[in-house]
Amino acid sequence: MRSIWRTLDAELWRGVLAIAVAAVVNGLSFGAISVAAGTPVWVPVVMSLLVFAGGSQYLAVGVVAAGGNPVAAVLGGLILNARHLPFGLAVGQLIGTSWPARLVGSHLMVDESVAFAMAEPDPRRARASFWACGAALFVAWNVGVLGGALTGQLVSDPAVLGLDAVFPAIMLALVLPSLTDSAKLRPALLGGAIALATTPFLPAGVPVLLSLVGLIAVPRRVKEAA
Amino acid sequence: MTLVPILVLALGTFAFRFGGVLLRERIEFPDRVRELLSTAAIVLLVALVATSSLVKGQSFAGWALPAGVVVGGVLAWRKAPFVMVVAAAAATAALLRLAGVA
Repeated sequence: MRSIWRTLDAELWRGVLAIAVAAVVNGLSFGAISVAAGTPVWVPVVMSLLVFAGGSQYLAVGVVAAGGNPVAAVLGGLILNARHLPFGLAVGQLIGTSWPARLVGSHLMVDESVAFAMAEPDPRRARASFWACGAALFVAWNVGVLGGALTGQLVSDPAVLGLDAVFPAIMLALVLPSLTDSAKLRPALLGGAIALATTPFLPAGVPVLLSLVGLIAVPRRVKEAA
Repeated sequence: MTLVPILVLALGTFAFRFGGVLLRERIEFPDRVRELLSTAAIVLLVALVATSSLVKGQSFAGWALPAGVVVGGVLAWRKAPFVMVVAAAAATAALLRLAGVA
């Protein structure tokens, strides 16, 4: 395992650390918001450990806090998380073949760890990036949520600190290198446009899934030179 | 919210994650399909970037957030270090809000 970590350079570790810090603050906010909404302390804590997908956790707590049906909360969260199936298809071969690696690696599959893996053309480095990012985020997110739920103090809205810009900025930085390939750029632009155009009309999560329609813009024959 | 909905959400989410991983391992995909699976992940990630920078809930997120993301994106494009991308994106959004830009 040690050789995996050695393949990562300092720049990548700093990148992982930067998102981990943002994840702690985000977690503090989620824990505090959940408790403020009237859920017991263990709810956000257990949820973060077992679900480990921030968007769906905010959605589920929000629906229940607004007096909504828990079934609706779960369904909404599952729609939001369905994108992990195509993510697994894309990075599954990087995770490892032993059962513990498959099980733990699957659980550490979040948007950021997938993006880190996709940004590395070399499979060894991609694998190391995936694990480093996934593990760091798991620790950071759960420590943050526990802290927020226990102290219950609403960390001044993360938006005031501009922290809501961190997630999209990091993801953009990670996908940019892939987008120099027009066979990826065209479907990505079409998919992004579809997601944005449908967002006002569809439940959370569905527009992002619909972006896959953008794959029709993949050129029929990919040049061998690529 | 009780334990049961949390467990259902957790198990369902894990099934998506694990299902994708197992399918990828079990099925020998041709190169063309593998390329398509990578492209699909990039398409999803770009859609996440687009929606999380422009939309809050179901309406426009205001200018401060996308401005921060654009500043971060330009720096990333110019090969700036990661930490600088993150700091510049957050600082831009925070300062614009402080200045009264929604």
